[in-house]
Formats: sequence, C-alpha cells, structure tokens
Amino acid sequence: MAIIYIENKPYQAPEGKNLLNACLSLGFNIPYFCWHPALGSVGACRQCAVKKYRDESDTRGQIVMSCMEQVAGGLRISIDDPEVREFRASIIEWLMANHPHDCPVCDEGGECHLQDMTVMAGHAYRRYRFKKRTYANQELGPFINHEMNRCIQCYRCVRFYRDYAGGRDLEVFSAHDHVYFGRHDHGTLESEFSGNLAEVCPTGVFTDKTLKKHYTRKWDLQSAASVCVHCGLGCNTLVAERYGSVRRILSRYNGAVNGYFLCDRGRFGYEFLSSAKRIRRAAKRNSASGAMEPADKKIILRSIKEIIAGGRVIGIGSPRASVESNFALRRLVGPDNFYSGMSAAEEELTALSIRIMKSGCASFPSLRETEKADAVFVLGEDVTNTAPMLALALRQSVKNRAAASLKKNRIPEWDNGSLCVIKDEEPGPLFVASLLPTRLDDAATRIFRGSPTQIARLGQAVAHAVNENLPAVSGLEQAVAKLAEEIARELTEASAPLVVSGAGCLSGPVMEAAANIAAALAAVNPRAGLFLALPESNSFGLGLLSGKPLDQAFQRAEKGEVRAAIILENDLYRRSEKKRVDRFREQCRHVIVLDFIDTATAAKAEIILPTAPFAEADGTLVNNEGRGQRFYRVMDPEEDCRPGWRMLAEIMEYAGIGDAGQWTTIDDIIAGLCAEEPELQGMREIAPPAEFRIYGQRVPRQPHRYSGRTAMKAHEDIHEHKPALDFDSPLTFSMEGFRSGPPPSLIPFYWSAGWNSVHALNKFQAEIGGPLRGGDPGIRMVGSSHKNFEYFKPAPVTPTPGGREYLLVPYFRIFGSEELSVLSPSIAGRIPGNLLLMNESDAKRIGAGNGSLVRVAVADAGASLAVKIDPGIPEGVAGYPAGMPGVEFMNLPAWGAITEGG
Amino acid sequence: MFSILRSMFLVFIHLFRKKVTLQYPEEKPVLPARWRGRIILTRDPDGGERCVACYLCAAACPVDCIALQAAESADGRRYPEFFRINFSRCIFCGYCEEACPTYAIQLIPDFEMSEYDRRNLVYEKEHLLVDGEGKYKGFNFYKVAGLAITGKGKGEGENEEPPVDVKSLLP
Repeated sequence: MAIIYIENKPYQAPEGKNLLNACLSLGFNIPYFCWHPALGSVGACRQCAVKKYRDESDTRGQIVMSCMEQVAGGLRISIDDPEVREFRASIIEWLMANHPHDCPVCDEGGECHLQDMTVMAGHAYRRYRFKKRTYANQELGPFINHEMNRCIQCYRCVRFYRDYAGGRDLEVFSAHDHVYFGRHDHGTLESEFSGNLAEVCPTGVFTDKTLKKHYTRKWDLQSAASVCVHCGLGCNTLVAERYGSVRRILSRYNGAVNGYFLCDRGRFGYEFLSSAKRIRRAAKRNSASGAMEPADKKIILRSIKEIIAGGRVIGIGSPRASVESNFALRRLVGPDNFYSGMSAAEEELTALSIRIMKSGCASFPSLRETEKADAVFVLGEDVTNTAPMLALALRQSVKNRAAASLKKNRIPEWDNGSLCVIKDEEPGPLFVASLLPTRLDDAATRIFRGSPTQIARLGQAVAHAVNENLPAVSGLEQAVAKLAEEIARELTEASAPLVVSGAGCLSGPVMEAAANIAAALAAVNPRAGLFLALPESNSFGLGLLSGKPLDQAFQRAEKGEVRAAIILENDLYRRSEKKRVDRFREQCRHVIVLDFIDTATAAKAEIILPTAPFAEADGTLVNNEGRGQRFYRVMDPEEDCRPGWRMLAEIMEYAGIGDAGQWTTIDDIIAGLCAEEPELQGMREIAPPAEFRIYGQRVPRQPHRYSGRTAMKAHEDIHEHKPALDFDSPLTFSMEGFRSGPPPSLIPFYWSAGWNSVHALNKFQAEIGGPLRGGDPGIRMVGSSHKNFEYFKPAPVTPTPGGREYLLVPYFRIFGSEELSVLSPSIAGRIPGNLLLMNESDAKRIGAGNGSLVRVAVADAGASLAVKIDPGIPEGVAGYPAGMPGVEFMNLPAWGAITEGG
Repeated sequence: MFSILRSMFLVFIHLFRKKVTLQYPEEKPVLPARWRGRIILTRDPDGGERCVACYLCAAACPVDCIALQAAESADGRRYPEFFRINFSRCIFCGYCEEACPTYAIQLIPDFEMSEYDRRNLVYEKEHLLVDGEGKYKGFNFYKVAGLAITGKGKGEGENEEPPVDVKSLLP
C-alpha cells in the first residue's frame, strides 16, 4: 500500500495499480469510458483526466489520464480542480456532438453509462450547431441489436470481443470520424460471449435483443440474485422480472466464479421460462380416455397419498433440481429408494470428481483463478461447448506469459495496449487433447486428437514425464511421446500450471489421468491446480446426496420391485436408451412427474405436478468446484407451480410422512439436511436465514423508482393488493427496505446514486475487480485440507473391434446440448442441427457426402442423422450430437456401425 | 360600533360586484389551455402515435398510477402495447407531461371525469389516445431521433448527415 494525496488529503492505495482503479475503489467518482476493470487501460477516450502535482509546492500541476497513471507513494492529484473539470466536460461535449437524440427509444436509457458520465462531467447543453453523423446498422443475429449512431468510439466492444473473448468477426472499420464497429457484413455474431457486448458497451450500440421483445426499463425491473442453470459452472446471474414474466438476465459479479461476464447460453437461455412447453397446472391422466386432464391439486394429492400407501415407491432425482428438492425427494421415498437420475457414466464421473476433490491431490482453483494459470493442459473437454465461461477464462490464461514479460520490462499489468501488442508473439502454453475439434483450438499451442483411451494414455504419459515413479505408458507412438514430454516440461516449468478435464468425453480414465498429472505437479508445486467440469447445474450437489444411478432403478423395476416412481425434474429419455426407459415405464404402475417443462417423460406420466423453475423458486445449487450457491425467486410461482421441495413437502404432509409438516420454509429443509448429511453443513452458511434483517428491514427486490404500482393490476382489480410475502429469504417484493450494502449473496441489482448502469457494481466491490464487499458469495462444500491421494493406475487398453465399426464419441454444442436453453427462441435460432461429424475418407467409404442421411447403430440404440464432413476428425471416429433436441440417447463413447441411408 | 357598520357596508357593496360563481353544469367554465385536467395521448402531425413507450411518465408519476408496456411495430416505431392510467389515483400534477420527451402525454382542460364506480376510472390506451396533436403542434419525434423507421431512413432526419460510407477513406 502507498499513500497518495487526493485534494491534499492522504489515502491508502495499492501500489502499481492504475490511478483510476484506485480512485474508484476509494469511492471517488471519475467519469471514464474506454477503461473497464476486466479489459484494462488503453487511454483512448481521455475522459478520466485528473490533475497531477509534482509536490506540495506545485500549484499549476498537469492534466494526466488517471487510467494510464500508476499509483506510487506520494502521488498528489486533484479530481475537483476547475481546469480539469472543464477539460472533462469538454471531452464529453465532443463525444456527444454526434450522439443521436434517441434516449426515449434506446434500450440503454436509464442504465446508460454515457448518460451517467454526461451528468457526472456536467455537460448539459449541445452547443455544436452542425449536422449529426449517421451510420447504417447491421443485423447481428438473435442476441444482439445494433444501433451504430449511438457509438462514442470507446473501442470497448472490439477489445472485449477480439482481445478478451477471442472472437474474430467483430471489427473496427474505416478511419477518422467515420470509425465503424461491426461485422464485415450482416450476419450472426459467432462468439459464444457476444451477449456481453450489451453490458460492455457504455451506450446503446449493442443491446440485448431478447429484452427488446418485452422491453422494460431498469428502474421497473424486480430483480433477485440467481445462479445460472445451464451448465455446471454456476455463474452468478441477476434475474429481472416485470408483469409476471422474466425480462432478462444480467451477469451478477462474483469475484470467484464468473467475474464480469456470462456466456450467451446463460444470458439468453432464460426465455424457456415463458416457453409453450412450461407446465403450470397439476394434471392427472384420465384412466378411461388416456388423456391428461387438469385436476385440482387436492384431488391429485389424495391420489398420490394412495399410491404412496401402496408401497414399493422409488424416487428419481435430477442434477438440474436444487439440493433441497433432491433431498426432499430422498426424505419422501427413503435413502434406499432414492436414485440420482443420472446415467451410469454421469454418476460415475461425478462421484469420481468428488472423490478426487476430497483427496486433495492438488489445489482446486475457482473459475476466476483459472485465468491466472500460466500453463494449461485440457484433457478431453470441449470447454467452449460444455463449460463456456471456462473457455473465456482459459483464453485469459494464455496472455499470462506476455504479462510476465511486460512485468520484466516494468510495464504495468493493466496496460492493455502493450499487452495486446505482444500477446500473440508469446502466447502462453495451452495444450488441448480432445476427441473432436474444439472452439479453443485457435488459442492452443498444440492440439492432440484421439479417442478417450488415447487421451488417457497421453495424460498418463505426461504424468510419468512429470514424476518418473509413475508407471510409464508402453507402446506410445514417437510423436505422442514427444508431445507428452513437451507438455510435461511446460507444466513443470510454469508457476501456476493447471490441468482441466471433466465429464465432456464421458470417460473415467481421462479424468483419472488428469488427476494423476495434477497430483504429480502438486507434489513439487503447491500452486498446481486441477479443474474438473461437470455437465449440469447441480451434478455435484446431487453427487453428494446419492450414489445410485438411474440404471440401478431400472434393474429394480426389472425385478418387479417398483410399483410407483416419483420423478423430479428429470427427462429420463435424455439419460438412458429409449427402449430401456419405455420398458421402465411399462414396469411401473404409477409414474408421478414433478417438472416445470413438458418432457418426453412427463408425456407418459400418470400424474404431473408443476414445479417452479429457478426464477420462481429458492434453492441451492452446487457447482463443479463444490461451491454451494443460493438462488432466490424473483417472483412468486404462478398457478399450481411450487418449488420442488415445497411440492414434495406438501405431499409428505398430506401423506403423513416423517416430520414434513414442520417443513414450511427453505431454512427448515436446510436444517433437516444438515442434520442428516454432516458433509453438507456448509449449506447453513451460504446465505443469511429468512429472519435476517438490517436495522429491522428486509432487502427490497424493486429499485426505489419502481413505477406503476397503482396501475399495473388496476384492470383486474381496482384495489391494490398487498405485495407477495416471502418467508424463505430476507428479500421482499417491494421497493421499501434497506438498500445500501446488503450482504453479497442477497444483492438484487446494482445501483448507486449517480451510477445507473452496470458500472454501479464499482460501489459494491471491496476493490474494483476484486471480491465484493463482505466476500464473494457461495461456500465450497468440499474441503481438501488433508491429502490422501493414491495415484490412479492406467486403464488397460481395450482392443479395437475389427470390421466396419466406428468409434462414436459424443459432441456437445453450447446452443443445443442443454435441455432447458433450447426451448428459448433466441437460442433455438443458433442450434446447428443434428449432424454426424465424420472424416472425409470414412464418409466416402460408406458412400456418404455432406448432408446425406446415414443410420447409426450401437448396442441398444440407433438413429438416423445427416452427415457433416469435418477434416479435423480422426479416421475411424464419428461425432454424435449428444443431447441435442430430437436426438436419441446413446451410451457413448461406444463402437457402432454406420450405414448409408436413413 | 364603527367596525360593525363598516363590515355591513363592505358586505353590502359586494352585491354590485361581478359574480364569480358559475351555474355549473348549465354554464361551463372557460379554462386556460394549460389547465391540468384529463390526460390524453396525442398523435404526431402525420397521424402516427406520438408515444414511444419510454416509461418516463411512469417513472415521473409520484403516485405510480401509469403502467405501460413497450413494443415495436414492423416499421420500427416503438409504441405502448398497453397504456393504463388509474385516474382514481392520479393527482393531476402534470409531471408526466413534463417528463414526456415526445409531447405524447398531455393534460387538457377537461375535468368532468367523475364516476360512481372507481373501476371506471381506469383508462386504457383506447380511452386515452386521441386523433390530434393536442397543445403542441408540429412535433414529430422520429424526425429528430437517429432511429430509422419505415419512410425515414438513416440520415434522413432533421439535422442529419447521410450515412457514413464505411469503405471510403476520404476525409
């Protein structure tokens, strides 16, 4: 820490940081545009000027850009000096000279950084009398709206899109005052992180197109803290609602998880909440006609009571349901009858990753910490498609070598201009071993492509090269052995090496090899990390609760031991072969489905009870790093919908099971859970209990300028209703309550006086870009304080079957492979189609070309798919679009036959 | 004694003053154009809806009696999908008119809105939208806004340069 003087008063600021960051952290307001905490400084907009003085006796001073100034002891500056204020006001006046008179029809209005900064800098009246510059717009796809007139040329969009997120199709064109930000032509933005442009752009050039469909101003949105449900990383989100429907998702800053950004699946997937496939009414199958008919919940509860009284009931949980809901189901049916609902491979990999984390074989960095790794080896995971934000983090890690060389030359780390010049000259080591081409290949130093067995063997070879005591891999090709040597060398030499793996290629040996490498590295370097991605939002949490996969439930049904099954928020057809699920359905006399979307499983149920999805329920999700995070409902569930745990508690109360009658709030369930599961004690600490108050007040979900309270429902009833009550959290559905500084896990939206845009976040952080005030929310449930890791033995090589068999491997797509987001119309527009990826020579052999229909058959299942020839695919391997809409489940990777013709 | 006589005299001479009281409703009062009464939504000179659903009136309303939902028509114009004013809550302060950037919402000198049933005081868009320009003639928001709509492309608004040719490097 250094002492700096601002207006002649001493303050403490971290040495080496840039001055703008330090001043904002200290609570001063300095207007800025081109600077962004995650993007660093380039000093382009000249807006953040301050006056710097040589020493005490200096009265003239000089104007400097605070974002390009380094904090050093004894630095003397003035923010309020009249001359520098005038300078800032004239800068914004120039920026505004061509800004259109658009605010009433601009989606950014009311949460616009440009509006905030204009007010802050004091520019009020346009003196420039000449014509305004205009631009033609571009059609940029289903996510982002383009309105180029509003641009103030801060360059943040291209710096984020190209330098930060590795996108290639957004560029800056033309020259002087004609500078244009867009694509070379109309077309969908290709990057998986394009949605962040809406948050990064300080004005309304790039705005959220899904919000535009049901536009609402920020001050009218009722918001709550939530957690993304579309992959296993558990990025934090802010969900916003108006008139009973969710309007948009914003990134909620978490210094340990997602930081400032979100992927497009997380940002635009929310539209599934208003999809036609939502279930909102309880329904029962008419035994005579066989049709589903809406029924009174009481009648349904009575039928369920009878079914439960008949005995032999099993419960099938779900990795997309909260810990509380899964636990409530386990309590209802008893631990012996509770099945996780994951496929055997998913279950095994989840359990394996939990076991590895508990063993403490290496350090387990958080998602944000992976950005700091300086050598990365990815085994078998196409991170951009299975854990998108991890790909964004890894793209930052490759810059660390360049950043280190900057440091050597005494150039500060935040100097983004310099970093961008040399980042491509010295890209950090990133090795990608994958089944199929990945979206991260362009950033990789070396790429290895092979089957899961080959990837595991490469991994074991690397582990052996790091630690010679580990068994060597016999019969390795020369090139592979050389690659293993190179990877091992880079990982050993790095100061913070990172091994990334996960459930992406559905192979245990790959994850074991990754653990071996990380453990071997950690033995010599305590900073060596291992990051394991898991497929779904609560895979980890469910893994902590149960150890029985879906297949065991099927086996029990086979033996005739199952009379009724209660399926919680799970589509079994996504987890097992159609034949087996159909057979299971026939064997069960009663199937009760609790879900919020109409799945293939729900279509065959006898009773459907609607549960509430994340926006209408409270609960806890445990992400892939074992971090338990609470999500809060942003509105009360409609019609019959209830959170899964509440619905199950109602069933238990009605059927008179256990002490369920005392389960009225989520805190009761968590208390019950902690009593049964000593491992999950941390659940209590994740979020404040419902009784938590600040000076006797709750935390409001509505901003102070929430409008229309006395009119929004006046057409239904002239009497104003009491706001909905919330017994589960300290939040309230009101604009009244305590606003300044709620605990970080409760922050419902970011706003601060004078800061209406997303940059109001500055006021909630302990240090800009660092943790939130009061610490980042979420608690890691699995500790690794003691080491009891035993190296995994290399798996035996399975012989390759002869004949015309192909190795079918799954591939996932960010838009398409996830069950809920595909129901969102904007995401549906980006689904690539169900294609079988093949090598050209393989396709020729079976007489297929691009687009021709082929038949794929493995042991228990088959499917007809169109072929797409991809030169990056190894011979003898075919990529199967796992989990895409309309694609049948197959237990992959597996050997199968591909024949021409559907 | 004197003061009593003085008072009686003063009251007496009022008999010859001009009467202020009007025989309402037979006789209608003449109110100034800027009198703050019933709220209307107006149209621009071309007959298009002036309201662009910017929500500023709703935000300015101290009793929160305005609710609306923005939508966009095929020609690129923003408009309110619904626009509701609960006049049983309205205090006729005129802040909505003051906040309106397009002169769409206006208060007019009509106060005859009494109802026996409060529910009839909830006015929807069809009750609010009139066919004229109201008090402020000639203003057309889309002519001065940068947004393109059907019939007014980029650079065709008032005080606008034609769109930049991105491929040109000429100064």
